[in-house]
Amino acid sequence: MNVKIDNVTKVFPSRDKKDKTGVVAVRDFTIDIPDGELVCLLGPSGCGKSTLLYMICGLESPTEGKIFFGDSDVTDLPSEKRGVGLVFQNYALYPHMTVRQNIRFPLENLKGADKLTKEQMEEKVVEAAKIVQIDGLLDRKPGQMSGGQQQRVAIARALVKMPKVLLMDEPLSNLDARLRLQTREEIRRIQRHTGITTIFVTHDQEEAMSISDRIVVMKDGVLHQIGKPQEVYDDPQNLFVACFLGTPAVNVFEGEVKRGGLYIGNQKVLDVEGVSDRPVYVGVRPEGFIADPNGNLTCDLNGIDVMGRDISVVCSHKSSENVIRAIISAESEVDRECKTVKFNLKPHKTYLFDKETEERIKFS
Amino acid sequence: MSSRKELSGVNSVKTQVRGWLYLLPALLFLGAFMVYPLIDVFVYSFEEGFNSASQTSFGTGFYNYMYVLRDPYFIKAVKNTFILVIITVPVSTGLSLLISLGLSSIQKFRNWFQTIFFLPYVTNTLAVGLVFMILFRKTPYTDGLVNLILGKFGVSPIDFIDGPYWAKMMVLSIYVIWIVMPFKILILTSAIASVPEVYYKSAKIDGASSWRVFWRITLPVISPMIFYLVITGFIGAFKAYSDAVAIFGVNLNAADMNTIVGYVYDMLYGDGGGYPSYASAAAIILFAIVLTITVINLIVSRKATDNT
Repeated sequence: MNVKIDNVTKVFPSRDKKDKTGVVAVRDFTIDIPDGELVCLLGPSGCGKSTLLYMICGLESPTEGKIFFGDSDVTDLPSEKRGVGLVFQNYALYPHMTVRQNIRFPLENLKGADKLTKEQMEEKVVEAAKIVQIDGLLDRKPGQMSGGQQQRVAIARALVKMPKVLLMDEPLSNLDARLRLQTREEIRRIQRHTGITTIFVTHDQEEAMSISDRIVVMKDGVLHQIGKPQEVYDDPQNLFVACFLGTPAVNVFEGEVKRGGLYIGNQKVLDVEGVSDRPVYVGVRPEGFIADPNGNLTCDLNGIDVMGRDISVVCSHKSSENVIRAIISAESEVDRECKTVKFNLKPHKTYLFDKETEERIKFS
Repeated sequence: MSSRKELSGVNSVKTQVRGWLYLLPALLFLGAFMVYPLIDVFVYSFEEGFNSASQTSFGTGFYNYMYVLRDPYFIKAVKNTFILVIITVPVSTGLSLLISLGLSSIQKFRNWFQTIFFLPYVTNTLAVGLVFMILFRKTPYTDGLVNLILGKFGVSPIDFIDGPYWAKMMVLSIYVIWIVMPFKILILTSAIASVPEVYYKSAKIDGASSWRVFWRITLPVISPMIFYLVITGFIGAFKAYSDAVAIFGVNLNAADMNTIVGYVYDMLYGDGGGYPSYASAAAIILFAIVLTITVINLIVSRKATDNT
């Protein structure tokens, strides 16, 4: 089932009663999520990604705009009629019910023609439990299980009705680092296995990059970029997207384009064709540096972290507010005793952004 | 390792001594005013014809219990108390649950209603009794407010205070229910408020009707609090006395409305008073009843919470 979000805006009434305008959580948002894909809504806290998720599942209704599942408009449909499953950050398992009862709960609510017999319910419960590999724990209560197991139960409960769309609200945030890695593989596997269109909310860019077919980057309720993880990483549309994706983060310099050349400080670092003269932000991915004794970007060397395969050069430059982190091959020769280090930049790992709009400026 | 163990050992002895020192004043008071009298009452209850002036008795045995259990006044008191318990505990808990659910689902005037429902808790028992008199008492001048209202529907006036037994029992039950409800509403509204919002969201997506949400989610999650209220409600209702006095005056036997605690009081200080042995025996019987009911309650509640 493909999901279409069409010019959706959500305004929450302000706490201050005199303020009539309210708080805009999501602003004029339009995306099209193809059938069977796993899509991540990615953004910092408070960017409206959970609000968007709640609007898709019907717990919140949009102030403006429409939501479609396939061809049908579900904007005014109550959540139970939308055929969605939702997995909450803190699982929201009913503590007084066993795993079996928890998973069966959505089935027991079915009415009329959809009503199931006890045997059919049990069959579906076991089937859902098998998908998430907890079929041996059906008679436990949530309190007797680990966080990872509880999360699987929550996923099974969301899957048991075979929803058209599976929604997950930060499903990994309450797990410890190891379990988080395991569970995200698990979610990926389950999604592939069932083929259900899945929308996943997270603020963790690494998580989003590793499991999703498509990433939706948002900030302050506004869509910034949508695309395949590698595309979004390699080809960010603006400074925010460039900064938000990737660890270590992109290094940002203040620079200037003059007569087809890019200058950082007073050094010309790259030839940039087709860009008019103006002040710019220069974003360089950590892997976009090449150590070269004759390089044309000189930075002050702060230290070198050895990471085995690579080395991380920590340095600073007066055109950059933050410390610069360059990741280069361990074979490169960097003189530790020297106070400065010289780099050349890889053009395809270097991005220019307009100083005012922070939009990407392409160059060749 | 060993040095750390020793350290913590020294520490724990020290903290234990200090802990007991802190507890000492409270323990002394509890010992003098709770434990000692309890033991004393137990001893009295087996001493036949104990005279508190001369501190002498005729001997020990079950005589006091035999006397009390055969005393028609005691039988009446037990009967009254049981009726009161059986009516008031379920009704007050059920009503409180309904009101709490109502309070939890409204937004406007919520605090206002909460204050109103809490008022009986801070009102003096005797003042409430006075209001009940105005509502229910039939005097030469007026039939009382309730009778006036009932009269509109063609019911002939009933004397609720000095009239038939069930009329009196009804007034007493209403009174007790009204007095105990504020506390229950308070506990239940906070219990309902503490049910995580996310359970309701999840249930909504799963298409559960509000009826099912109540029976399958709200009620089981708040059930420990309900059991707590039922258990303390039973204990409180078994100890009813001042409520009856507030409505029917001190001579409860004349009003046919005596309770077990009232019987104990009468045996000690009432018109026919001066029988500490009988009073003690009655008190121990009450204790045994309350203990039994509470144990049953605990077993039932534990089973119920295990099974849901």
